[in-house]
Amino acid sequence: MPVAVPHDLDEVFAALEAEPEAELLAGGTDFMVETNAGRRRPRSVIALRNVGELGGWRRKGGDVVLGAGLTYREMLEPSFATLVPALAQAARTIGSPQVRNAGTLGGNLATASPAGDTLPVLQALGAGISLRRSPQEERLVTVDDLLTGPKHTSLCPGEVITSVRLPASRGMQEFLKVGPRNAMVISVASVTCIVDFASKSVRISLGSVGPFVLRAEAAEALLAERMDWEARRLPAPARDIADVVELVRSAAAPIDDQRSTATYRLHAVGVCAERAIERILRRAA
Amino acid sequence: MSAPELLSYRLWVNGHAREVEGGRLEESLLYVLRERLGLTGTKNACEEGECGSCSVLVDGRLECSCTILAASAVGRDIVTLEGLSPGGGATALQLAFVEAGAVQCGFCTPGLVVAVTDLLARVPEPTDDEIREAISGNLCRCTGYGRIVEAVRRAARAQAAGMRTAP
Amino acid sequence: MIVTKAPPLPRLGKSLRRPDGMAKARGVFKFSSDLDEPGMLWGHLVRSPHPAARIAEIDISPARAMAGAAAVLLAGDVPGRPTYGLNYPDQPVFASDEVRHVGEVVAAVAADHPLTARRAAEAVAVRYEVGEPVTDPEVALRAAPVHPLGNVLAEQRVVRGDVAAEGDVVVEGYYETGMQDQAFLGTEAALAVPDGQGGIDIYVATQWLHIDQDQISASLGVPHDQVRVHLAGVGGSFGAREDLSMQIPLCLLALRTGRAVKMVFGREESFLGHVHRHPARMWYRHSADRSGRLVKVEARILLDGGAYLSSSPAVLSNVACFAAGPYRVPNAFVEATCARTNNPPCGAMRGFGSVQVCVAHEAQMDRLAAALGMDPIELRRRNALRPGDDLVTGQVLEGAVPVIELLEACSSAPLPPERHWETTEPGDLALPGGSGRAAEPLRVRRGVGVALGFKNIMFSCAFDDYSVARCRLEGGRVTITTAAAEVGQGLVTLLHQIAGEVLGTDEVVLAEASTVGIGSAGSTSASRQSVMTGGAVQAACQAVADAVLAATAARVGVPRASLQLAGGRVVSDDGCVDVPVAEAGALCGECFEETVTYQHAATAELDEKGQGDAHVAFVFSAHRAVVDVDVDLGLVKVVEMTTAQDVGRVLNPLQLVGQIEGGTSQGVGFAVMEELIVEHGRVRNPSFTDYAIPTALDMPPVRIAALVQEPQPGLPFGAKGAGEPPAISSTAAVLAAVRDATGVAVNRAPVHPPDIALALAPGTRAGQGDAGVTPS
Ligand SMILES: Cc1cc2nc3c(=O)[nH]c(=O)nc-3n(C[C@H](O)[C@H](O)[C@H](O)COP(=O)(O)OP(=O)(O)OC[C@H]3O[C@@H](n4cnc5c(N)ncnc54)[C@H](O)[C@@H]3O)c2cc1C
Ligand code: FES
Ligand code: FES
Repeated sequence: MPVAVPHDLDEVFAALEAEPEAELLAGGTDFMVETNAGRRRPRSVIALRNVGELGGWRRKGGDVVLGAGLTYREMLEPSFATLVPALAQAARTIGSPQVRNAGTLGGNLATASPAGDTLPVLQALGAGISLRRSPQEERLVTVDDLLTGPKHTSLCPGEVITSVRLPASRGMQEFLKVGPRNAMVISVASVTCIVDFASKSVRISLGSVGPFVLRAEAAEALLAERMDWEARRLPAPARDIADVVELVRSAAAPIDDQRSTATYRLHAVGVCAERAIERILRRAA
Repeated sequence: MSAPELLSYRLWVNGHAREVEGGRLEESLLYVLRERLGLTGTKNACEEGECGSCSVLVDGRLECSCTILAASAVGRDIVTLEGLSPGGGATALQLAFVEAGAVQCGFCTPGLVVAVTDLLARVPEPTDDEIREAISGNLCRCTGYGRIVEAVRRAARAQAAGMRTAP
Repeated sequence: MIVTKAPPLPRLGKSLRRPDGMAKARGVFKFSSDLDEPGMLWGHLVRSPHPAARIAEIDISPARAMAGAAAVLLAGDVPGRPTYGLNYPDQPVFASDEVRHVGEVVAAVAADHPLTARRAAEAVAVRYEVGEPVTDPEVALRAAPVHPLGNVLAEQRVVRGDVAAEGDVVVEGYYETGMQDQAFLGTEAALAVPDGQGGIDIYVATQWLHIDQDQISASLGVPHDQVRVHLAGVGGSFGAREDLSMQIPLCLLALRTGRAVKMVFGREESFLGHVHRHPARMWYRHSADRSGRLVKVEARILLDGGAYLSSSPAVLSNVACFAAGPYRVPNAFVEATCARTNNPPCGAMRGFGSVQVCVAHEAQMDRLAAALGMDPIELRRRNALRPGDDLVTGQVLEGAVPVIELLEACSSAPLPPERHWETTEPGDLALPGGSGRAAEPLRVRRGVGVALGFKNIMFSCAFDDYSVARCRLEGGRVTITTAAAEVGQGLVTLLHQIAGEVLGTDEVVLAEASTVGIGSAGSTSASRQSVMTGGAVQAACQAVADAVLAATAARVGVPRASLQLAGGRVVSDDGCVDVPVAEAGALCGECFEETVTYQHAATAELDEKGQGDAHVAFVFSAHRAVVDVDVDLGLVKVVEMTTAQDVGRVLNPLQLVGQIEGGTSQGVGFAVMEELIVEHGRVRNPSFTDYAIPTALDMPPVRIAALVQEPQPGLPFGAKGAGEPPAISSTAAVLAAVRDATGVAVNRAPVHPPDIALALAPGTRAGQGDAGVTPS
């Protein structure tokens, strides 16, 4: 049968062994759009929707473990959203209610679009991604390891994304996404900013302004350096933020395409970074 | 080119087992519903997941049937527009759409009816913002949405009134 | 508010519900894509990937060899006229030697499954010698011809008064509009069924059955009466179905295979497979005296018509006629040209030329008001057309010209409450960008803009414009037959109401619209069907009513003169007879049938100076837009649209609201997001992912400030068409509101976020210059 609908991971691996060419199908929101357009011609498919181990999320110590099959709709549930606010904020902007009901985290990772909205959040949170090829073989990678280019990953054939591990309730989180419509819009620039006053760390990740999600490391370092961590404020906020934003912009490598221009993306990513930092500082005060 | 492999499988649609024979792997649920099972109430306006005109309920969740691989939907509970009123009559929501002037060309209407049925089941008395967010995945080119939002308000009121008067 | 200057009627003017509404809501209404026929095949078209190329060779053998493929057709397989076209047949059914735009049809395939048909189409091997496309309309005017008929698709001048006159204050501006798509939801679809005797039935979603029939018959080489075109359910049209899409290739496939063949365009193919709104470049110069009275309007307007003619001449004529807006303009010089390029063909879309010029003339009026230091509303009031005025074409306006009333109603309507952004959280749906959380509440600025627009209704410029209707009354039941296309606008409801009105009954049935046994109803475009087919139905019903009256007089044995028709009833002077016409007809025991052709008053062509009574009637509209703009990101949220419309008479209030809200949303979309991006002749965004149309979170509530009901002399019931005006002034109003909110001189529709954000950003361009575009 060219379509397998396994119920657990063992069955998935068995199906993959039997049919090494088989393509994995999760929510179908990328897979089927490509198939309908004739850009993807699967000869055999393994549908992951019924695989219990891939679904849901759970706490593990100070972390949260998200199944690859976690849907955007599930990320919006308050119990989850309070643990990883930026991911919930990103999830709410993805597609439509229909897409959020079907689309999954694993699918967003595997599609590896530069505009994939969960990717900068996962990167900023230092997510650990579990990949498995068989019941025994597990590989743990970061977002940076996984993403190798626009729509390209380091996934090996037959490798399944099983789960993603993130720190729970890490710092103050902001996700901002810019698009030309007020709903159902693919990002033309996004910023994820996380400032953790406990560990005195800053993370800034940028979406849609490069071949894959980009971390603005120099900007992170400067913000961490300028921050008065005890007082939870910047000594000279206007200048400090402007300097950080400058570095955010220099981390971006946007292009012109049918959705926007490189100049605007560069501009917007700076504006969003500035706003993210201001919002976090306002809340921290 | 060799002939494609043909699939046979069973779907569970509107409470009935429906056999699909001679299906092709790439067929979406939308295609199978419309072209193989004769359920043309589900509409095809983009096959990109963008317009919502192909909306169905799958295991009680609202999804676009164009983004579902038909052969992978075995064992799932699929409800289409045709299945919303088991008696075959009109639902109060459908009536509200007609009464409120929410139907023009009507191509978007089936998908909207499914989406709003889902909304009102979850949120019986939605605010305008909630209505608009819930239907933001259903494009309508004719109405500008004004009468559609009005239809949803009316249906919600009718539903609330019905619940209050129910024993 | 309804401003009424018309007495009420029993059935018309009520919000009768659409007869097809419940079938549509229940999903049992058959759209063209829902049709099937046992054993049918699926068709697919092979389209050019190049904007300009010579076809060196076409090899169909791989496609023919494919299992399940039933036919592959090329230009040589067209038995009749090899070309087609709405105005003039300049477009090949199948390109054979040359392709002139991306998406041009080269071949057609039929197979047993849509996937096989698509793969077979992909397997048709076309070897192209790629040429250099002409993609700039300005360049096209000087370039080597793209087509043997040359690169000027149409030209029109309007010269009025003293072109050397000059006012005290002069403002100049350059404006552009992009390529908008109709983006109806139901993509092109049809089913063709051969009759086995050389004839064919085609069931198609179209706007004008008889012009389809003419063109299909010519290319098939099959006599007219053997090509039967039937209207299948139409999922919106907005102009895009006036030209043929797949009709000829589909019929050819069906005739060749002897089987029914169905074809449905996917969304991408739909974007490539129909005409779009012409992009426009517009240079304007307005001058006025110090009191703000317009002295002269000069304009040079260049449209990009794409590769083929379509309805470009009529669009261009509108552009020229309406270039100055609904204002008193004593002196004018307008030069309008439509160029042929290797871009996708452009043609009819709701608003038809008036939308583009409205963007420009309204921006000019605001600019002039600023130069004069005058309130822009006051400037418009001073210059607004009034009854009895004439246009720049010399045509005197007859009937209602409620421009000032519309302006006043719109501009004096209460404004929506100011937002208190201090308490708004990021991600609030009221903010620009909605749930994206990018907007900063305190960086949001509100703006308000007003625009006026107008256009002709029905066909102009000496076009033989008519519609045929038949009324049959039998046993009290009325059957109305016309070939008019219901495309979603609600004509079917109106025809019920009109027939009911005249014959005093609700027992009205509309026969299927087809070319069989009835003459043309003309196109469902130009806001004309309520008037034209409405008028034809009224006249046919009236003829039946007259016959019933005569028969009743004979039956009851009274002189004919003692009976009258009143409010759908036959009544006698003495009150002894008083029955609804339909019932009186039933009592006579006869069948009454009348077929009537309705025509509007004749129009004239424009002369070389653009003078002439080219139009039958006009509609005017006003919009006020309120927008919130995040000035750093250039994100726009349209908060409210207020409108006032000149409608002649309201025939169905609910449907009228539907037309106004829907048309306004297309205008809002064109103002802030909708644009087919064409680069080097290629459409970059042929999908609903990247061609964004407004969602429910983009389209605000519409407030109708006034519907001016002043029955138009000479039109049935005095009603004017209402389909287009809402789409005309809405775009211009939103752009004016964006300018008001931001101070950026936005001069292009649509305005994209970079046009605002980068104009205002420190260190980029000057904040007050022209945003977006400069003349090339
Ligand atoms: C209308 C619409 C709007 C959208 N808007 C957005 C948006 O705003 N932002 C955004 O980021 N995305 C958006 N998307 C894209 C899409 O919804 C997401 O990328 C989604 O997360 C994909 O997940 P899925 O479960 O649907 O994956 P599928 O479509 O099922 O699969 C996608 C790819 O991932 C692979 N895959 C799936 N699961 C696994 C796994 N466990 N291990 C290995 N490989 C796997 C598949 O083989 C396939 O290659 C939109 C899509 C649509 C249709
Ligand atoms: S057809 Fe499925 S979303 Fe448009
Ligand atoms: S009614 Fe035509 S698309 Fe909604």
